[in-house]
Amino acid sequence: MLLYVFRRLLTAIPTLFVIVTLAFFLIRVAPGGPFNQERGLSPVIQANLEAQFGLNDPLWRQYLNYLNNLLHGSFGPSYNMPDFTVGELFAKGLPISIQIGTSALILALLLGSTLGVIAALNQNRKTDYGVIALATAGSTIPTFVIAPIIQLVFGLSWKLLPIGGWGDGALINKVGPVLTLALPQIAIVARLMRGSMIESLRSHHIRTARALGLSEWSVVVKHAVRGAILPIVSYAGPTAAALLTGSIIVETIFAIPGVGRYFVEAALNRDYTLVMGTVVMIAVFTILFNLIVDVLYAFVDPRVRYD
Amino acid sequence: MMLKSFLKATVFAVGVSMASGAMLTPSLADMIYNRGMAAEPESLDPHKTSTVYEAHVLRDLFQGLVMQDEKANLIPGAAESWTVSDDGTVYTFKLRSNGVWSDGSPVTAEDFVYAFQRLEDPATAAEYASMLYPVVNAEEVNNGKAKPEEMGVKAIDANTFQVTLKAPTPYFLEMLTHQAAYPVSKASMDKLGADWVKPGKLVSNGAYTLAEWVPNDHIKLAKNPKFWDADTVKVDVVNYIMTEDRSSAMKRFEAGEMDSYDDLPTEQLADLKAKFGDQIRVGPYLGTYYFAIKTDKEPWNNPELRNAISMAIDRDFIAEKVWQNSMLPGYSLVPPGIEGYTPAMETFSDDSQIDREDKAKEILAKLGYGPDKPLKMEIRYNTSENHKNTAVAIQEQLKPLGIEVSMLNTDTKTHYSFLQQKGDYDVARAGWIADYKDPETFLGIARKASGNNYSNYDSKPFEEAMDKAAAAGGKPEERMKDLAAAERILMDDVGVIPILYYSYHNIVSPKLHGFDDNVMDVHPSRFISKD
Repeated sequence: MLLYVFRRLLTAIPTLFVIVTLAFFLIRVAPGGPFNQERGLSPVIQANLEAQFGLNDPLWRQYLNYLNNLLHGSFGPSYNMPDFTVGELFAKGLPISIQIGTSALILALLLGSTLGVIAALNQNRKTDYGVIALATAGSTIPTFVIAPIIQLVFGLSWKLLPIGGWGDGALINKVGPVLTLALPQIAIVARLMRGSMIESLRSHHIRTARALGLSEWSVVVKHAVRGAILPIVSYAGPTAAALLTGSIIVETIFAIPGVGRYFVEAALNRDYTLVMGTVVMIAVFTILFNLIVDVLYAFVDPRVRYD
Repeated sequence: MMLKSFLKATVFAVGVSMASGAMLTPSLADMIYNRGMAAEPESLDPHKTSTVYEAHVLRDLFQGLVMQDEKANLIPGAAESWTVSDDGTVYTFKLRSNGVWSDGSPVTAEDFVYAFQRLEDPATAAEYASMLYPVVNAEEVNNGKAKPEEMGVKAIDANTFQVTLKAPTPYFLEMLTHQAAYPVSKASMDKLGADWVKPGKLVSNGAYTLAEWVPNDHIKLAKNPKFWDADTVKVDVVNYIMTEDRSSAMKRFEAGEMDSYDDLPTEQLADLKAKFGDQIRVGPYLGTYYFAIKTDKEPWNNPELRNAISMAIDRDFIAEKVWQNSMLPGYSLVPPGIEGYTPAMETFSDDSQIDREDKAKEILAKLGYGPDKPLKMEIRYNTSENHKNTAVAIQEQLKPLGIEVSMLNTDTKTHYSFLQQKGDYDVARAGWIADYKDPETFLGIARKASGNNYSNYDSKPFEEAMDKAAAAGGKPEERMKDLAAAERILMDDVGVIPILYYSYHNIVSPKLHGFDDNVMDVHPSRFISKD
């Protein structure tokens, strides 16, 4: 198993290299640069700025410099926020996005799969229809609609939650963003779980377990759920990577200082180093969580072994 | 049973993962101003900034030689008085003897020498280096042709700072109110290097010091007890709260999380006015929304044709229907509101829209355009719902003239890089906000040599009129007349097509005092108090 993990981590290096290289040159293809703005700069000032950030070097040299810095753990300065390095921006924003994302993920997995199991156990009854209706609604209403509704209802009308802001990490400031982020995921997980649970309940080993006279609790939790959870595990990997690296919509509407907004903002601002930093961050998270999923598979599904 | 324990586990797990960090608990005695802002400042190094968002924060942190009061009038800042030589080229500033940095050391003339040289030093790469270009050798230092020591700035003694200009520049004092002309503490920069600008370390000489900066969340400023005029400063803590989403910001304002916010979701303006009444403040701001039109490209090189197009654009409709009156119809490049200056309006500005349309049709018919020979025109604009709707409205308004308008939308960076690289276009959306209160800041963009001359306007009479105004530097009244004459030429040539004047749009709680409306939309926190 350890050898497998080690091998996977080794293959991640060329993957990351390809991603970094592609991203580096792709963002340069976009017209304009970090210093094109409404108020045009004189050629002298533009040249001074480009010299300061090494943007006047030939592209291949900039690329090698970037790789060199990256290998030394430096993402470089942000062009649009020169008071901060990209590393500093992540150091401040990533923990915030991870907190919100992890909370939403846990909420979605636990609540979603519980709802899914309940629906499956009550297949084609009122409870089941109720869950399906909720799940459909949850996955079709976009977050940019849910978020303002939460603000209006819980913030303005009932005055239970703040409208936005991070509040230095106060618990109450996280409720709205976490709920908004979790709701669609709860819906998706519930539907996935319901489907695989129904299938699992019909499988031979469950029939055998029932025939052996095991208690209903044991049949459902120990045997059926364990078999049914596999699709959830595969779904959770990429979802975790997406949730933990922040959501631009949730962060913008709730004014949460995470890293989710950087991907879009940096690309629009041609803040090359911040774009690259975001790409690397998302790539690392995606690779890592896919690996975690594969390892988890070995524990959940006895048919999977990596020896 | 199963459900219950699952729910318990969920609540527990989510609670644990969410519970970290603590509530911000301000002491009740402090006067705290929660000041909402629509965007993040890029930098708090006065020499590396460019946007109004930095200007707001820096105005609270630093004191330039001269500053602006709550009505945007020029007032003494770090300098308590100054004299100007008879020929208008030598400015001698007397610094306050009680002016100190937040670390207690005195603000000296040397600090200003250092700051002005640093702004021009190519290594600083200051975007607003041009703010001091009127100073002798400043531009030469900036483009590497002279050494910083050769600049026309001098410390006569610790409290006397002298600036020598290339030519009389009547708006020089107005330029000095810009954040690019603020001083920086050399001692702290020498000690801390690039870290000098970090919260808790930044040494400033204004009414406030920088306590915290959480990017995309808030900037906290604390009252500077060492500020020379600290006794008059009422607000103890200013929290700049960045909220990009305008609709969220309105809710945050309503819930009391912000005392003011510097933008509005303009598409909801009518509803907002009904709901918030006079807490909504909309008024003229020194900015112009215009279309650049390629004056050196067939067929747009014909001033008559440009005039017909400009005439046919119904600005009232655009201001009212597209912008919900958050912008005003515009007929000149220099917006109204600069004292002593009367903008030169387009000649048709008093005619009715119907008459204008008829006249425009006549001109196009005369030039041979019509249903059989339509004129094709492309409008380029940067991504924004309102820019798009403006272009669509103009497309409709030009249709009866037989002009087929097509539109091309690109993101902001692509748009401006295309314009700045003199790409091939017909008409392009642009805007200009005053850096300082003088017509020069607007008319300068139509000069041949300007990088912002997106119309490629090149007129000898205009250049001559502008030079004449510059030469009349010492006589303000004459100069304003010359500038107006230059604008007259520009308008008659239709070198640009002004569409709208900008407005400021603020929402301000009635609890705030001293947040006065002005054309520069300048609101120093040191003059503000809160009930």
